[in-house]
Amino acid sequence: MIDVLYFAWVRERIGLPKERLDTGAATVADLVSELRAREERYEAAFADLSALRVAVDQQLTTFDAPLAGAREVAFFPPMTGG
Amino acid sequence: MAVRVEAAAFDPGAELSAFARGRTDIGAIVTFTGIVRDDGGLRRLEIEHYPGMTERAIAAIEAEAVARWNLHDSLVIHRFGALAPGAPIMMVATAAPHRGDAFAAAEFLMDYLKSRAPFWKREVTGSGAAWVAAKEADEDALGRWQD
Repeated sequence: MIDVLYFAWVRERIGLPKERLDTGAATVADLVSELRAREERYEAAFADLSALRVAVDQQLTTFDAPLAGAREVAFFPPMTGG
Repeated sequence: MAVRVEAAAFDPGAELSAFARGRTDIGAIVTFTGIVRDDGGLRRLEIEHYPGMTERAIAAIEAEAVARWNLHDSLVIHRFGALAPGAPIMMVATAAPHRGDAFAAAEFLMDYLKSRAPFWKREVTGSGAAWVAAKEADEDALGRWQD
């Protein structure tokens, strides 16, 4: 089981901030493919990966990152702090 | 080194005084305060963040600053939630023996906080609300710190 978190407009498009998924995805990209196949709202949120960032266990990483042993994956737009 | 991510308002002057109090080991303090800017019709700025990762990401950026410059202390305060125009959003303070280190470290912290700390801004105006898009210039600004 893995916790998947969504922030900002990704959260709005998918319609929830967090869900727990049972997935066999080996990488972040595999997880994204699984999600996109689920429902239109996921397809809408993940349509353009260049507009998204991903963190695995609260560390920024890339879409080819492995998910083995990961507890938490988060998807969000480029950050706008400061 | 301190990181505070909070909804409450803060007083930049009081924070500076508290940061400087009792120190005799430093010759320079640099502070930066970010303010909610109204370019026209802004009702409020809403800031979302990623609790847990936010604190970790800022602590990592601070640790990097300490590794690069001769810093004796630093402070990062960043608010989240709904903020009114004119309100302080965030503050960075750096303390060093000499001003060069304090200025450079403060700029470094700001550049990285802009695009590597998980905050997202949403502007609410009379005609609706929109997420603030990240600026390419902010991403480009990181380039100058890469060796």
